[in-house]
Amino acid sequence: MNIITCLKMVPDVVEELEVGPDGKSLDTQWLRLRLSEPDEHALEQSLLLKEKHGGKVTVLAFEAPELEEALFTALAKGADRAIKFTGDFSGLGGPVAAQILSSFLRSNPQLLTADTLILTGSQAIDDLEGELSPCLAEKLGFPFIGVVTGIEFDPERKKAVVLKEFAGGLRGEFEVPIPAVLGIQAAEKPPRYVPVAKVRSAMKSMKIEPREVPRPDSLGRLPVEQLYKPEVAGMAEMIEGSPSEIAGRLVEILSKRALA
Amino acid sequence: MKTGILVIAEQLRGKLTDTTFEMLGIGREIATVLELPLHAVLLGKGSASLFSQLGAADSVFVLDGASLEMPTADAIAASITNLLNKKPATLILIPGTNIFLGVGPILSGRTEMPFVNFCKDLQIKDHAAILTCQLFGGKIFADIRLPENRGIVSIYPGSFSPEPGRSGRVPPVETIEVGREETKVTFKRFIEPEAGDVNITQQDVLVAVGRGIQSQDNLHLAEELATALGGAVCASRPVIDQGWLPLSRQVGKSGMIVKPKLYLALGISGAPEHTEGMKGAQLIISINTDPKAPIFNVSHYGVCQDVLEILPLLTEELKTQKVRG
Repeated sequence: MNIITCLKMVPDVVEELEVGPDGKSLDTQWLRLRLSEPDEHALEQSLLLKEKHGGKVTVLAFEAPELEEALFTALAKGADRAIKFTGDFSGLGGPVAAQILSSFLRSNPQLLTADTLILTGSQAIDDLEGELSPCLAEKLGFPFIGVVTGIEFDPERKKAVVLKEFAGGLRGEFEVPIPAVLGIQAAEKPPRYVPVAKVRSAMKSMKIEPREVPRPDSLGRLPVEQLYKPEVAGMAEMIEGSPSEIAGRLVEILSKRALA
Repeated sequence: MKTGILVIAEQLRGKLTDTTFEMLGIGREIATVLELPLHAVLLGKGSASLFSQLGAADSVFVLDGASLEMPTADAIAASITNLLNKKPATLILIPGTNIFLGVGPILSGRTEMPFVNFCKDLQIKDHAAILTCQLFGGKIFADIRLPENRGIVSIYPGSFSPEPGRSGRVPPVETIEVGREETKVTFKRFIEPEAGDVNITQQDVLVAVGRGIQSQDNLHLAEELATALGGAVCASRPVIDQGWLPLSRQVGKSGMIVKPKLYLALGISGAPEHTEGMKGAQLIISINTDPKAPIFNVSHYGVCQDVLEILPLLTEELKTQKVRG
């Protein structure tokens, strides 16, 4: 089985985010990036499929700060190849990313065999112009389904039976012919941990393959007027003090409402 | 031909979702300002009987398509594309839900109308539609001005009140043949929610844990607090994905919508996917080390501290209180 996994770096929202001087993009000076969380699940699901059915996992990503470490981590976890598109891709939206990826895959037919599954995170926190997976499926003319949390691959019938989440814990089972693009919400198992030593050894023994791709005229398509931090509604009354004072105050609040 | 605003109604197992009425409410508002007709769109056979609930729209289009019973994104997009050939529209509102994920980008690709995701507010300023979208887990907002007010907008569930979208008026209805869409993805069956040990939607008190709980070994701290409060433990997505708690305990977009008397959010950042499921709680108290965590925007009380430090103290204090009577 040929598994293509598209990965992307996104701002780590645990950190403070600042708007840049243009007022329309994030200030990149202190920005810390991490692998998009649903992409991490897409990688895990790819590795689980490989373990079960054999084949190769190729990860694809657009150059970004701290990407190399994420790619070497993917290799250390069990991916076979890592390809990095070189260039400045800040502000790249889903539709343009899909266009670049589909042209690249089409010009590399060995990556687009009849038993290909393309996995990527179902969504990312910066998908303002739309998620990558449906855009890519459209460009390639492949079937698509998103919010996937489980995949049963049937090599005989060249089909996958996938689980999609709706709401309230309700899920649906869908049948998808291969090749297909799947947007992964969560892998069947939590993403595996890989020790730093293994990542270091991957850095020594394996290579990230750089690829140049033609740069499109525009990476994003939406006219952003302004980017800003939401005003804190001032709704929450913040309770301060020592931890035990805080605990005391919380119990007081709960008692008043007969909740304690 | 006069164009209009389309609201794509969403139904799940024969019931229109709240998001549908949220879209109708805001759709009505902007349609009035822009002096455009507002049409609601019902997808597929079996949904036609729902039209009478869509009176906030000027009229209802029922798209007759065999494959639209539990539609896939490409089937929905194909039907709407066909509809647009017969009934042009400038602005299309779609639900930002799991069911509709993918519809916007596909429809945008096929119609060349721009698509805007994560919209939480829509205003008309000097006849221009300004969309406010929440990015980066709700930490940053982006304002987008749609050229010529033309576009497909995904409305984040819970962004508007559904009430203005409900109407007793019976709207005129028109059935539109959009043809059978050849979709390669076939719906097989629903898988019911796993019957959990606890039904979190029925609890008065919920102790919710997020990433800040750090490890499964710390879960007992939350369990103990829940016991002291007579409630149950629930969680945000990362905790469920780690397998620390079953799916039945998940609050948010894919999980449950809960409205308890008390919701204690412990180490939860408050991404829109989570707040969608809990912002209707009567009292929300949040503890998080990040003073800018979006969870504080929907909380009544906030504590900027490490949950692991506060949790045992709070449980202890509650027990002492009980002894004191």
